[in-house]
Amino acid sequence: MQNETTQTELLTQTELQARFYVEHGDFTLDVEFSIPSYGVTALFGRSGSGKTTILRCLAGLERLDGSRLRLGDEVWQDAERFVPVHQRALGYVFQEASLFPHLSVRGNLLYGYQRVATAERSVTFDETVALLGLENLLERYPDKLSGGQRQRVSIGRALLTSPRLLLMDEPLAALDDTSKAEILPWLERLHESLSIPLVYVSHSIDEVARLADHMLLLENGRVLAQGPLQEMLTRPDLPLARSGNASTVLNATLVDQDAQHHLSVLECGGERLLVSRQNASPGQRLRVRVTARDVAIALRPPAGSSVSNCLAAQVESISDDPQPCHVLVGLAFGDQKLIARIARHAHEQLGLTPGMPVYALVNIALSCSEASWRSSGLSHTPNCQHRKLSAPDILASY
Amino acid sequence: MLSPQDAGALWVTFKLALISTAILLVLCTPLAWWLAHTRWRGKTLIEALVMLPLVLPPTVLGFYLLILLGPRGWVGGTLESLGFNHLAFSFSGLVIGSMIYSLPFVMQPLTAAFQATSGRMLEVAATLRASPLDRFFSVAMPLARRGFLTAAVLSFAHTLGEFGVIIMLGGNIPGRTQVASIAIYDHVEAMDYASAHTLSLILVVLSFALLVAVYGLNRKFKVVGIG
Repeated sequence: MQNETTQTELLTQTELQARFYVEHGDFTLDVEFSIPSYGVTALFGRSGSGKTTILRCLAGLERLDGSRLRLGDEVWQDAERFVPVHQRALGYVFQEASLFPHLSVRGNLLYGYQRVATAERSVTFDETVALLGLENLLERYPDKLSGGQRQRVSIGRALLTSPRLLLMDEPLAALDDTSKAEILPWLERLHESLSIPLVYVSHSIDEVARLADHMLLLENGRVLAQGPLQEMLTRPDLPLARSGNASTVLNATLVDQDAQHHLSVLECGGERLLVSRQNASPGQRLRVRVTARDVAIALRPPAGSSVSNCLAAQVESISDDPQPCHVLVGLAFGDQKLIARIARHAHEQLGLTPGMPVYALVNIALSCSEASWRSSGLSHTPNCQHRKLSAPDILASY
Repeated sequence: MLSPQDAGALWVTFKLALISTAILLVLCTPLAWWLAHTRWRGKTLIEALVMLPLVLPPTVLGFYLLILLGPRGWVGGTLESLGFNHLAFSFSGLVIGSMIYSLPFVMQPLTAAFQATSGRMLEVAATLRASPLDRFFSVAMPLARRGFLTAAVLSFAHTLGEFGVIIMLGGNIPGRTQVASIAIYDHVEAMDYASAHTLSLILVVLSFALLVAVYGLNRKFKVVGIG
């Protein structure tokens, strides 16, 4: 109970509220939004939707008149005030790592750290170096690092300024697939141990599905929708659910390992879920990504079927798919949501209507990743146990 | 061997090159930064003015400086009325003359280096809590260090070889305003080829050694830092 009070207080204390407006030729940016004080908020949209401009405005790298920005009790911009970038307690990770070429990795990491008063530091150098696995790179120069290593250093450099807000502008976009695969687990690990809001600009739904808790969907300089990730992925009126590889993310807890069958048993929305074996311990939170086309619907639990997961769910919505032969069915079980893409004729045969109890059939070929710390409450101790994910398909580009 | 007068001329030459280069670097750094980043339209005028000493014959430059810095000149006259000496035929006058003469050789590389530094690096520094001045010293200057090196070498070397401005402005006073290049000229005029040889050879060797040292340093920079 006390935990909840603290959480509410924290939320009102550090919530970010912003309003940006600019007309620039035929591009208009007109957005108003707030960002929760915890977790990762993805700014998602196509290129040209205004993602990067918003991020630069949040940092103060761009100054638009008629804008407002407040982080908790601190006003960073309004009609009278504009706090310059270097006086804002934020960390910014650019698309290209942009390390200072004249400084070693250590010098780069210390650059911001040394410019923050000792009393205001909330992280230590060694802690950050360990979190991002930079121990063996400290004496190297940026031109001797791989793309992924460089980006890790630049994340560490930003964290070492003890920011109250972390901004990332497509930190993986400039990397090749190998470097992406290398750095994603580090980002997930960061997500897990971070106690400040992170705003993550991306146009890759795969990254968003793995990292984000909230999503701000942008289109042509406007906010199309915003909300928790799961809701945004499953809302049938949004382009996300209607895209070819529509999927949703389930929040699950590992219950048991079935070593004999190379399976992990998860609990999810009151249901039991079997997935391919995950290197995690019981009680650990996992994020499971389920693609809409991999979900089938049955009216009764199928007997003699090879499908490993059969979840008792309820039909929430039925909507048209861009492909006329398909429909999208929104399903809910417990506090979790799923979407299924099924054939229109199957939908008619089953006679699906909203509110109807059904069974969602899902196979075990699912992608799991570590869940955010906050889904298990604020009391959760950041788990720094790092592990590789057995999910190559999650890296496919959108 | 080297006569005391020739040794004095060499000393004056190096002192002059060193002092005028040092002052130029300090004064030109903010000016080059401003030129590299300003969008002011009158910028072209300043750029042309800075490059003018490159085009003008040194004698023209020396002539105007003599008039300006002499007892009746605008600068010299003002100094005299304030109880100071005018600057014609003085070492200070030579420093001013050398600085104007070498100005383009410092401004050009510095401006180019500042222009080449990406704005991104300065933005990064800003997000890492560095104030504008801090960003300049901790990022812009280190990234432009090759420009500084080139500017220093060019200015120093150019002042070593200075002749026209100094002969107009300096008065060729041994030990005070006589520099090596003019001493060599005097020796040749007096048919003292031996002395001219000694002094010339010393200049050649010293200049060469300086350049080797500088380019060695430059290579070291390259390995450590920017390509």
